[in-house]
Amino acid sequence: MVAMRQKQNDGKFFQTTKRGEIQELKEELHANDKQKQKDAVKKVIANMTVGKDVSALFADVVNCIQTDNVELKKLVYLYVMNYAKAQPELAILAINTFRKDAKDANPLIRSLAVRTMGCIRLDQVTEYLLEPLRRCCQDHDPYVRKTSAICIPKVYDINPELVEDQGFVEILKDLLGDGNPMVVANAVAGLAEISQTCGRDLLDLDKGNIPKLLAALNECNEWGQVFILDALATYDPSGPSDAESISERVTARLSHANPAVVLTAIKVILRCMEHTENPEVLRMLAKKLNPPLVTLLSSEPEVQYVALRNIRLIVQKRPGILASDVKMFFCKYNDPIYVKLEKVDIMCMLVSDKNFDQVLLELKEYASGVDVEFVRKSVRSIGRVAVKLERACERAMNVLLELIETKVNYVVQESCVVVKDIFRKYPSRYEQVLSALCESMEVLDEPEAKASMIWILGEYAGRIDNSDELLESFLDSFHDEPLMVQMQLLTAIVKLFLQKPSSTQDMVSKVLQCATEESTNHDLRDRGYIYWRLLATNPEATKRVVLGDKPSLRDDSQSVDKNLLEKLSSELSLMSSVYHKYAEEFVTRLAVTPSGADEKAQDDDLDEEDRQASRREVQEELERGPDAGRNGSGGLDLLDLGMGDDSPPRTSGAAPAVQKVAVLPPTQAGQHGNTGFAVSAAFVRQRGSPTLMMTFSNSSSGPLGGFAIQVNKNPFGFAPTQQIACPEIMSGSSAEVAVVMTPGQLMSNTPPTNPLLLQVAIKTSLDIFYFHVQFDLSAVLVESGALTRDDFTPIWQRVGEAGQKVAMISMARPMDAEAVKAQLAADNVHYVAQRQVDDGSVLLYTSSQTPNNCTVLSEVAVSPGSSSLKVSIRTETQVLMPLYEAMLSRRFG
Amino acid sequence: MAGASAVFIMDMKGKVIISRNYRGEVPMNITERFQQHVIDAEDAAIKPVFCEDGISFAWIQYNNLYLLAVTQRNSNATLIVAFLYRLAEVLRDYFNELEEESIKDNFVITYELLDEMMDNGYPQTTEVKILREYIKTQSHQLSVEQMRPPTAVTNAVSWRSDGIKHKKNEIFLDVVERLNLLVSANGSVLRSEILGALKMKSYLSGMPELKLGLNDKLLFEATGRPVAKGKSVEMEDIKFHQCVQLARFENDRTISFIPPDGEFELMSYRLNTHVKPLIWVEAVVDPGHSRSRIEYMIKAKSQFKSRSVANNVEIHIPVPSDVDSPSFKTSIGTVRYIPDQDCIVWSIKQFQGQKDFIMTANFGLPSVGADNRDAYMKAPMSVKFEIPYFTVSGVTVRYLKIVEKSGYQALPWVRYITQNGDYQLRMV
Repeated sequence: MVAMRQKQNDGKFFQTTKRGEIQELKEELHANDKQKQKDAVKKVIANMTVGKDVSALFADVVNCIQTDNVELKKLVYLYVMNYAKAQPELAILAINTFRKDAKDANPLIRSLAVRTMGCIRLDQVTEYLLEPLRRCCQDHDPYVRKTSAICIPKVYDINPELVEDQGFVEILKDLLGDGNPMVVANAVAGLAEISQTCGRDLLDLDKGNIPKLLAALNECNEWGQVFILDALATYDPSGPSDAESISERVTARLSHANPAVVLTAIKVILRCMEHTENPEVLRMLAKKLNPPLVTLLSSEPEVQYVALRNIRLIVQKRPGILASDVKMFFCKYNDPIYVKLEKVDIMCMLVSDKNFDQVLLELKEYASGVDVEFVRKSVRSIGRVAVKLERACERAMNVLLELIETKVNYVVQESCVVVKDIFRKYPSRYEQVLSALCESMEVLDEPEAKASMIWILGEYAGRIDNSDELLESFLDSFHDEPLMVQMQLLTAIVKLFLQKPSSTQDMVSKVLQCATEESTNHDLRDRGYIYWRLLATNPEATKRVVLGDKPSLRDDSQSVDKNLLEKLSSELSLMSSVYHKYAEEFVTRLAVTPSGADEKAQDDDLDEEDRQASRREVQEELERGPDAGRNGSGGLDLLDLGMGDDSPPRTSGAAPAVQKVAVLPPTQAGQHGNTGFAVSAAFVRQRGSPTLMMTFSNSSSGPLGGFAIQVNKNPFGFAPTQQIACPEIMSGSSAEVAVVMTPGQLMSNTPPTNPLLLQVAIKTSLDIFYFHVQFDLSAVLVESGALTRDDFTPIWQRVGEAGQKVAMISMARPMDAEAVKAQLAADNVHYVAQRQVDDGSVLLYTSSQTPNNCTVLSEVAVSPGSSSLKVSIRTETQVLMPLYEAMLSRRFG
Repeated sequence: MAGASAVFIMDMKGKVIISRNYRGEVPMNITERFQQHVIDAEDAAIKPVFCEDGISFAWIQYNNLYLLAVTQRNSNATLIVAFLYRLAEVLRDYFNELEEESIKDNFVITYELLDEMMDNGYPQTTEVKILREYIKTQSHQLSVEQMRPPTAVTNAVSWRSDGIKHKKNEIFLDVVERLNLLVSANGSVLRSEILGALKMKSYLSGMPELKLGLNDKLLFEATGRPVAKGKSVEMEDIKFHQCVQLARFENDRTISFIPPDGEFELMSYRLNTHVKPLIWVEAVVDPGHSRSRIEYMIKAKSQFKSRSVANNVEIHIPVPSDVDSPSFKTSIGTVRYIPDQDCIVWSIKQFQGQKDFIMTANFGLPSVGADNRDAYMKAPMSVKFEIPYFTVSGVTVRYLKIVEKSGYQALPWVRYITQNGDYQLRMV
């Protein structure tokens, strides 16, 4: 008879849900009957599994830890691991057992103890772990050593100093030379992780230890092979022969059944290829990479997805690879959609003069499918093929024509966008498609498709007989259209007018009127005015501008920036290679400890020397201020500040490190649809002048230059004092730019918005980009806004309680009156007078002014030991109140 | 690098059945985000690996379960996904079925396995045969003294323990080939691909060393030996079980290995050759004039040698979703209409080589047609079959040598079979 495995029926432990259960469990845990005790622990764990808090039983469960039943021991350990954080004092109770178990005669128990202790993430426990851990690293059983090796990074995570001081990093390095391959593999993983955390390369790979790793690679299990290969990928071979010998040893891994081993091995080989120039070797290696890459496409769909994202990088990096395998990327009917979308992108990357026929046929097949998202992608891809390969264009147009004739709504819309791109790339060709497009115009309802159609109508106005009628049909609903369509319609009608001036006079004036007088959008209005003035002054010049040659279209929407590609090709198979992003962009949760520690030091542990230094800084900062008369007019009492008991917490309030925020992502297109320019900016007051601080980053493929700035009209009338002085920025680099603004120039005569916004346009050689910057009222308030008591009182009384707003501002920590004063001064909120109240709190009276002479007064009540301020704001300019309040909240919060 | 922070097993609604937090970095309620991005998301927005707020999610679906791993480092994505699949396989092997009930019934063992298979986020021992030696189900519970970590866990031979004994030393080798095929409506083969696998069942005592010889073209070329008889086959890419000495294969293309005990897949290979469809199906659809009936004429033809027979042939043909009153006529096999899959299935128990058969199907259609009635035409026809004693690639086993130091005689048994893989024929 075959021995049948008895069915486990632990499901029953989930069932009890009675009241008083905890008490019942408590009793059972103390039962003398071992089986009953074990069942009770199982019930506890079952409760834990479904998310009930059973941490109250900690002492009772730990009571069962002394057992010779491995299953029970494991359960108790699991419990301790889960609840140690909740019951740190009680967790110490278990420590002795752990330490005893770490000396047990059975290696399984020794490992279990070390492994579990490492997972109890408590500082108190870590201390007790060190000695057993050190011993277990030297254990004669490799199972214990491999567990210990992986335990060291756990402890490092809790207390890095301790691990370094106690020499565990050295122990881990010694384990690299261990005779057992699994121990070596885990030591490699451990060192790699600690290196990543501390930012130093502890693996220190060189010609000395590489052979050890290569030897272990042949013997350790599949996961260990991945750890070692991942480490090898960080090693820079010393020269071609080194690189070749490594890749020779690694190529055998390409035949491993585990996809992680294969993809990581491919990464190492690609790295080695960087270091050799021998074309024969390169060709041979590239040839070896093809088959395993294709085989990855037969693995599970999730693995395929990771592989496909990586293949995109590989194909861009080494265009020879997979060049003849485009068929392998044809979609299967039952591929998941995420696999299909990736495959189609790779098809477009691999398309060439040799295979475009097949590829287009295949794309057409997908475009007549049922999954809308995939159909759209396929149609777009047909356009990409056409834009990429001139020879494929004719064929692609025929396919598009067939698709348009299906009259399937979304297919037609997508085709419309694609045809526009093709026209942009190859002007004045393939016009046979025009009539088909015009016929199916009524199905268009998506903005992008409409805008594209209108662009085509404008561009080919001369060749489409009824282009004026067609455009006019859009004009009636001008104000209901989205901006994108309005913009295109404006341009298209101007183009039409320039080509058929006689019959379209009315239309053009109507559209100009719509854009300039009836629209509330600045961009549209500006564009309308530009056309209007152009047309009014010089129609011939207008023709040259509007109908002139346009820059040719290039398709690099799917390619990865060069610097990023370099980085990612050494990180294949990692998360970054799936997202096509720098690791720093998404590994955000691992707070970098040093900076956090600094901040803390500033807040709490400011020693005397620091305090004096900070005072000096404040003083200097204030002296540098442009307004010399301020001290005389009863503003800040510097002496008083200098002698205060408590120094201001922020060292130099007036010029803290400026936090710029991204205002223009690199993916946002400019006026002409080009991308690749990014800006982060902050608008703050620096050295007494409102200054727009910007970082320009160039992620386009060429250098950027010809910078110029313009800002839109705004409530305070800020305008650049001088133009941008910024040299050309090379592809992939960035530059810092500061533009000083003068107020009172470009007045919009509108009330300020909350938050305040500055709309900016930056002209570059690539395109014109628009964005807006949020800023604080503090950028506006002037240094000279301090009033004397005599000036203060009449205004204060005039506004009266009726115009007063009271706000509670909470502070990060309590401050005294002097500290508050200094903080306020940093925002140009000037001190006028103060009054002591009976309950020990101090009332500060302040004034501040905007460049257009609006005054804001306030009474700030500082109560000792309280972490909030009561602020009563009085101003004749009501709109400033929320802005003022927001500014104070940010300053103190 | 670094591995997973935590692993979760969830039901289809995203409710956690069991989880293990390996690194204490990620809040365990993170599964809510998973629900948002996978369970409640639209199909086209779903990705198997994605990042949200600094946390990376990698997941697979297995039966009615989601297996999810999260990490907040730049971990090896392939490693994590491959580990999740391995975890699923191990649990299935332990519990026979992997589903919510079986996990609940075995939660203690599941915890034990999660603890043993991954440490601090790094996969460790995942070989089920070895795990079984020291993580046992209740009936085989051992006391502490008996339980030791098998040396295999850390050995270079991490898949086989010492001292295995079998009364009869036997080894079974199945060469299984699956044919992936995509044929356009006009009959041209768009893609054909053979995925082969050598599956073994090893019941050998001791520590046997095996050598396998195939009619591998590159091997013949390497040794300069003329092909004795029959043809040789060029395999494009070969993947081996970890027991095969890869370095040795890389050197002289010898497949030598110490097999795990019991069932395993020794190797898999891929061939990218042009293959004529073994079973060719042609469909003529007549939608009729009145649009009130639809008629199919299906012709199936076997294009392999007449000596061979395809077993359990099933031809799936898509039909409109609103057909009614089906009637079928066929000279062989049976036909069924399967409404919830919108298809008809023509089953033929035995389909001899070099034959062709015809089946006709008739349906009524309601006068008020469904919106996208023609959508059914987009789905391809598919065919299932098994042809024994035949490999479509021509791969044959030339020898399987077994050497064990005790010198016993062992019997190797070899079988061949060709099956359908993704075998699809487009209708339009």
